Amino acid sequence: MRFFGRGHGACQGCGLVIAVRNVLDALEGKCFVVNPTGCLEIISSQYGRNAWNVPYIHSLFDNAAAVASGIAEALKALGREDEGKVVVLAGDGATADIGLTLHGMFDRNHDVIYICLDNEAYQNTGHQQSALTPFGEATTTTPAGKLSLGKMRKKKDMVAIALAHGSPYVATSSAVLPADIRRKVKKAASIEGAKYIQIHCPCVTGWGIDGKDVVRVGTLAIETALYPIVEFERGKLVTVRKVKDRKPVEEYLKLQRRFRHLFTSPEGKKVIAEIQKIADENAKRYGIDLKK
Amino acid sequence: MKKVVRGFYSIAYAVKLCKPNVICAYPINPQTEIVENLAEMYANGELGNCRYITAESEFAAASILVGASAAGARTFTATCSQGLILMSEVLYNAAGMRLPIVIANPNRALSAPLSIWNDLQDSMALRDAGIIQVYVESNQEAHDMIPQAYKIAENKRVMLPFMLCLDGFKLTHAYEPIDLLDQELVDNFLPPYTPQAYLTTKRPLAFGCYAPPHIYMEFRVAMQNAMERAKDVMAGVFKEWAEVFGRDWGGHVEVVYPDAKNFVVAMGSLVGLLRKVVDELRKEGLSLGLVKLRTFRPFPVEELRKALGNAEKIIVIDRSVSFGYEGNLSIELKSALYGFSAEIIPMILGLGGRDVPKDFLEKLLRDAVLGREKGGFKGYKEFEEVIP
Repeated sequence: MRFFGRGHGACQGCGLVIAVRNVLDALEGKCFVVNPTGCLEIISSQYGRNAWNVPYIHSLFDNAAAVASGIAEALKALGREDEGKVVVLAGDGATADIGLTLHGMFDRNHDVIYICLDNEAYQNTGHQQSALTPFGEATTTTPAGKLSLGKMRKKKDMVAIALAHGSPYVATSSAVLPADIRRKVKKAASIEGAKYIQIHCPCVTGWGIDGKDVVRVGTLAIETALYPIVEFERGKLVTVRKVKDRKPVEEYLKLQRRFRHLFTSPEGKKVIAEIQKIADENAKRYGIDLKK
Repeated sequence: MKKVVRGFYSIAYAVKLCKPNVICAYPINPQTEIVENLAEMYANGELGNCRYITAESEFAAASILVGASAAGARTFTATCSQGLILMSEVLYNAAGMRLPIVIANPNRALSAPLSIWNDLQDSMALRDAGIIQVYVESNQEAHDMIPQAYKIAENKRVMLPFMLCLDGFKLTHAYEPIDLLDQELVDNFLPPYTPQAYLTTKRPLAFGCYAPPHIYMEFRVAMQNAMERAKDVMAGVFKEWAEVFGRDWGGHVEVVYPDAKNFVVAMGSLVGLLRKVVDELRKEGLSLGLVKLRTFRPFPVEELRKALGNAEKIIVIDRSVSFGYEGNLSIELKSALYGFSAEIIPMILGLGGRDVPKDFLEKLLRDAVLGREKGGFKGYKEFEEVIP
């Protein structure tokens, strides 16, 4: 509660809030937060009800990386770098779709920790698909219908994009792994340059789950290998969160309203099989399965 | 010390003297040479602790300056045309957050058709953003306006972005003998930027909070009030400049031959030519004066009423159009002079760099004063055989 919380309007169980508190705690509040338009901004930055106890700026939906770059450079110009780290806390839409300025930040390697709070759709505006919405999910703009089984493209691979830019530190984490978030944020803070951390943040309303199931669902995303928890330093894979007895994806999907349509038709079963393939590929790619 | 330099250098050199902390831009003609010159100064270590950032777009450039300015840095960018339009989302935001970013805009036409040449359509599109807009006639005026821009924008009673508009190519690429400013005099005139509110961990503040209906309007009224106050602040800075540096560029408007019955009103480098044309028409016996509008936002209604309140005919020269209505300046002027009796004759010319020859301008003004000319688009018929 030291750096974030008072007066925020998030849903009970919101993954964003868990993630944000751990990010700020890891930095001991010594940071400048840049937050594009989205869920987090709406729940925390109403005039007169500001929930932030760190310097905070919300500019637009599409420019957080550039605004953060500007702060980082201004601190250098003014000799104030020791005041704290510049941190972007952006949603998945602001990162993978409309966040045009991300590649410039990576390219020039500004000293910024860019954190994508990935709740897998535009949840603030009522669950529209983004580039990080996973395959097979029904959203309000990719609804399930007679001719459709939801979004038919895979999640954009932002980790690969960050790595391709030569980012010195790239990692994924999850709101259900607070210690992992804190460790990775501290690690990122110790490295100069444009870092990228993508944190899986279960969304109670968008995903159609109970607040009390947030940890269970978030954990299943890891245990099915649908959300690999990985860490790259200077382009090299340094840690992978291993899974003992990987669970079938149905266990994860069936708990959530956004995948409900997959369980009511033979075509849906095929989509589930595709999703299982994605999990299998993830497991193979990162060596997630813990050998017995 | 006078030196023959090109317009873009006179801007870059003045920016250097203002000791900005962060410069960020994206190349676009005819602006590019401004930031090229600054880049060269940066490469040679002449900009002190300034950070010079090559952005990946104008949108990013403006966004980077939003962050830098909010963190307490003095900032500069230059852009025009498509670049300015691409920046527009950010610039509206910067104005709302009351960030005193200074922008040099060498005016250039908008696409389509693509044109790199001069008119004023680009900055007119930012009219309602909450950005101060001043249009200059010469490169010396542009040079002198840069320190004034910072002093005005950063004034605690103002705190708004400032856009200096100068005609692309016509000024930026012209050679002129410029009295280059002295660093010590500029230092004395322009104090370092010390914002009241900025991003710091020592005193955490939030910028850009969203405002529900019960509070949004208060912020917009505050912007309007700041613009109103800017009129006085600017008048004071203009006067101080004239006293310290000995060059008086006038106030928000400059009136030549105030006792004339008829007036021509214009902005930018075209005013230089108009001075000559008006002189010659007066020799023919026409009662014609000239109003050079320097400040476009905030719009100097009182000064214009004072200058034009008794005029019989006012010829407004526009180099931009509000499609579906008429030239932008003439719309503004008609509104400012509502209730006055002058006949306003709007003329739109010089779009996309179309030449405005002296003889042509003389004929237009003569005919307008004598009642033989009703205005509208002028000087565009060279290609009428291909455009039905």
